[in-house]
Amino acid sequence: MTGSLNVIGYGAAAIGPAIATGMIFAAYISGVARQPESRSVLQPIAFLGFALAEALALFGLVLAFVL
Amino acid sequence: MRVLGRFNAEGEGFVPPSAQDFILPPITESIPWLTKPVLLAFLSVIIISVFFIISSRKAAVVPSKMQFAGEGVYGFIRDGLAKDVIGPEFMRFVPYLFTLFTFVLVNNVFAIVPLLQFSAMSRVGFPYALAIITYLVYHFVGMKRQGIGRYLKGIAFMPGVPKAIYILLTPIEIATFFIVRPFTLGLRLFANMFAGHLLILVFVLGGEHLMQGVIGLKIVSPFAFAMGIALTFFEFMVQCLQAYIFTLLTALYVAGSLVDEH
Repeated sequence: MTGSLNVIGYGAAAIGPAIATGMIFAAYISGVARQPESRSVLQPIAFLGFALAEALALFGLVLAFVL
Repeated sequence: MRVLGRFNAEGEGFVPPSAQDFILPPITESIPWLTKPVLLAFLSVIIISVFFIISSRKAAVVPSKMQFAGEGVYGFIRDGLAKDVIGPEFMRFVPYLFTLFTFVLVNNVFAIVPLLQFSAMSRVGFPYALAIITYLVYHFVGMKRQGIGRYLKGIAFMPGVPKAIYILLTPIEIATFFIVRPFTLGLRLFANMFAGHLLILVFVLGGEHLMQGVIGLKIVSPFAFAMGIALTFFEFMVQCLQAYIFTLLTALYVAGSLVDEH
């Protein structure tokens, strides 16, 4: 069996951002559920947080290819 | 075009898609820079220009379908994004944000349009060009608004923090504003488009390869194709989301440079 260990490492590294993304949207959903009119305020914040957490996973993806 | 099946040198075994699949040859040998991504970028500019010129030419109080669609996109960026994020002087930045959003969106969606099926944004040069423009815009706006000295001081020494914390905070803040922000802004768009294209390639080329296997593998291959189609729809969602996030982050950075206290 051949392949790159990098990819396994990337799989492990993606766990963190995956949990983070789940928590961000869980908080966003419960926030909107409690106060539906706060949706427009929360939406950019939720997506910003999602983008920041996702960036970490993407660093891993790039490193899996580069190294 | 690629020959059917992907075999290694010995003629057996599947060759998975890799970063090499993104390096496309020039269309004619005489013009080395004219590759498919460059053509697609030009095509996107033409499509966007024609669409918005037609949709706004016969502007009427009772909008036509085209006008309604064009104004819908414009309204989404102006009211839904720029106004909420930047605040009272948002109107200055709407042209840039709107251009950015439509350009990124159309180029992203090219990745799933049949026959084109490649996004210029999955070549690293295009997203980074956009990221550099955003980088220059938000630093320029901040320096013009606050003066160069005050702007840099505001970044390096965030007000309202105990003095000892500056040892930690100053390097982090400087790195964030000058290195991490532009780097992640371009990388996020690039890596999403790159990974999305790779993901679809894995399933479609894998399905094609399974077709050439024994009968048991042939039965499985439609499932690989079905997964490829499902992922195409998923990718459409990701493409729209990434265009939105790129524009949103640009607006947030500009808004951060406009306020006096960070």
